[in-house]
Amino acid sequence: MKRQFLMGNEAVALGALHAGAARGAGYPGTPSSEILDDFNKLGGKAEWAPNEKVAAEVALGVSFAGVRAFTTMKHVGLNVAADVLFTAAYSGVDGALVFVVADDPGLASSQNEQDTRRYAVAAGVPLLEPSDSQEAYDFTRLAFEVSERWKIPVILKLTTRVCHSGTIITPRKPDANLPTAHFERNIPYHVMVPGHARPAHRRLRQKLAEIAEWNEKEGPNLKINGSQKLGILVSGVAYQHAREAAPDASFFKIGMSYPLPMQQMLDFVASVDRAVVVEENDPYMADAVRAAGGKIESAPEMYRFGELDVTRIKRILAGDASPEAVPPRGKPPQLCAGCPHTVTFEILKKHNCIVAGDIGCYTLAALQPLATMDTQICMGASLGVGLGLRHVLPRVEAKRVVSVIGDSTFVHSGLTGLAEMAYNVPPTGHVLLILDNATTAMTGQQEHPGTGRLLDHSPTNRLDYEEVVRAMNIPNVGIFDPIRQPGEFEKALVAALEKDELTVLIVQRPCILAVARKGVKPA
Amino acid sequence: MSDKVMSIKIAGLGGMGVLTSTQILAEVFFQQGLDVKKAEVHGMSQRGGSICSDVRFGKKVFSPMIPAGEIDFLVLFQDDQFPLYEAECSVQTVILKPGMLELEKLTNKRTFNIAMLGLLSRHLDIPVDAWLKVIREVLPEKLHTVNEAAFELGRKSV
Repeated sequence: MKRQFLMGNEAVALGALHAGAARGAGYPGTPSSEILDDFNKLGGKAEWAPNEKVAAEVALGVSFAGVRAFTTMKHVGLNVAADVLFTAAYSGVDGALVFVVADDPGLASSQNEQDTRRYAVAAGVPLLEPSDSQEAYDFTRLAFEVSERWKIPVILKLTTRVCHSGTIITPRKPDANLPTAHFERNIPYHVMVPGHARPAHRRLRQKLAEIAEWNEKEGPNLKINGSQKLGILVSGVAYQHAREAAPDASFFKIGMSYPLPMQQMLDFVASVDRAVVVEENDPYMADAVRAAGGKIESAPEMYRFGELDVTRIKRILAGDASPEAVPPRGKPPQLCAGCPHTVTFEILKKHNCIVAGDIGCYTLAALQPLATMDTQICMGASLGVGLGLRHVLPRVEAKRVVSVIGDSTFVHSGLTGLAEMAYNVPPTGHVLLILDNATTAMTGQQEHPGTGRLLDHSPTNRLDYEEVVRAMNIPNVGIFDPIRQPGEFEKALVAALEKDELTVLIVQRPCILAVARKGVKPA
Repeated sequence: MSDKVMSIKIAGLGGMGVLTSTQILAEVFFQQGLDVKKAEVHGMSQRGGSICSDVRFGKKVFSPMIPAGEIDFLVLFQDDQFPLYEAECSVQTVILKPGMLELEKLTNKRTFNIAMLGLLSRHLDIPVDAWLKVIREVLPEKLHTVNEAAFELGRKSV
């Protein structure tokens, strides 16, 4: 087939299409967000789920029907979907199930630098790690094949530089003659009660042993025989940097990072005068090689922070642990001119609120000049954290606490927090603001259950925040447009802060970027 | 051609068209049959903050990111972004700035990014038609005329 210039995310979408994936489900998260949109544009069936756990469950259900499914998320999304992953590893799948998970070393747009390879070990599922768009395509297809062959979920681990780098690929012929969806009753494999899960765990370990053997013999790992003086054990995009940093070295590039092809790795390490492991994030391969008795050098601790690049790998190979030059800081991101969030946070600032915040564009309110967000940890945490503060702070401080959450984040994991608010009511009550800008703005204006439109922007049911809040028996509910009714909103906020009751204020105004893009008229 | 990899960095602020011009640039090299890679950052950094993207081309490119000291062309969409990339430049780096354009002749200021590509194109051995073809492929039809004019403006600037 003809060569194409594709971003890593586009290559994953094309790989999934050519693998005949029946459905892709996910929740947006940089750097994974474009995959499902691309899959949809290519003609695949794609959906945004309310959150990653639901997305993974939908994909598991598809795979239980005997066909191929995938789910996409950023690294922290796997924390939400981890409950599915760990037990789907036991149950196994009928068709195929691929978790596409995008890590963000260097935190270009994330709250932490967690390393998804640790999840593969913890859950006991194979993990593939592409280094460019060609491998993103090839490994996506391989992930479906491995998943289907061993009836096990497989993780395809991407990183920011794989997702958002463009490189050339040559696609292959799409898979043909795939099975059609059908239901086969198999209660001992699909119902994970203890009596079924005990043998399932043994089956899982047996599968992993077989996959490890396959990976040793014919896994997607690449050996390059260069100089015997230096051998580099490497995975992911770090391979591309390392080839440039040390063009004469020997390389062993690991494509399947769990289960590792350990015998081959040990042979490689023993075959060179000096072996060095180069990997982003955690010293995962370094620890594994050493635990298996291999002698290998690894990067000083300072290199586990941030991305690797050619310059840093040259330093690692030179054993240079001297402080690195601190790059000058650019202009930080900020809320767009005219963003409705700005007005909301100016009012919160004016009233000296303690703001338990959440994840989205509005997290930028934590930065100067607003500096009006006091906590932000993970999706949905504004509710629980705000309530925790309300429960224990002295009354005068407790009464200043406000939880603030965006619309997409509210649907993702604010609903259960709202149930907590309605159930365990702090002595001073509580105030929640739902900032409804009718889109998942931060990640590129994706739809969600509160917008009333599907991934492809066609109409569907719309979750009604006001009805949901009322159904939870919150006594005070109000809806305001922060641009048209800043005064009314402020009055309602002040009234809510004064009462010892529960209040939810829905602050509703479409994102100006979404309005510009889709021609959505402000209400 | 030589084995040397050429590296171009485009730097500006979110919303200035850095990603679109990067897409066009990479596609031009791709259509010339070269190996090409590009690296860019999305998400948080797009909200009006400083952003840059790397495009590298040649016979064989490994890293999508330009190593320090190896920028051949630094295309600045705003002068004040220079200090951020100064340390990554070498004495050979060619720096292109907005002041090199006759900005007052730009009829639509949203085509500024394409004008900067025109300016860059003077330094690269690629036929004008190849650039215009990609501009037409990437941008919607109603924007073709105005962007072609912007490209010409950049290409004719001294």
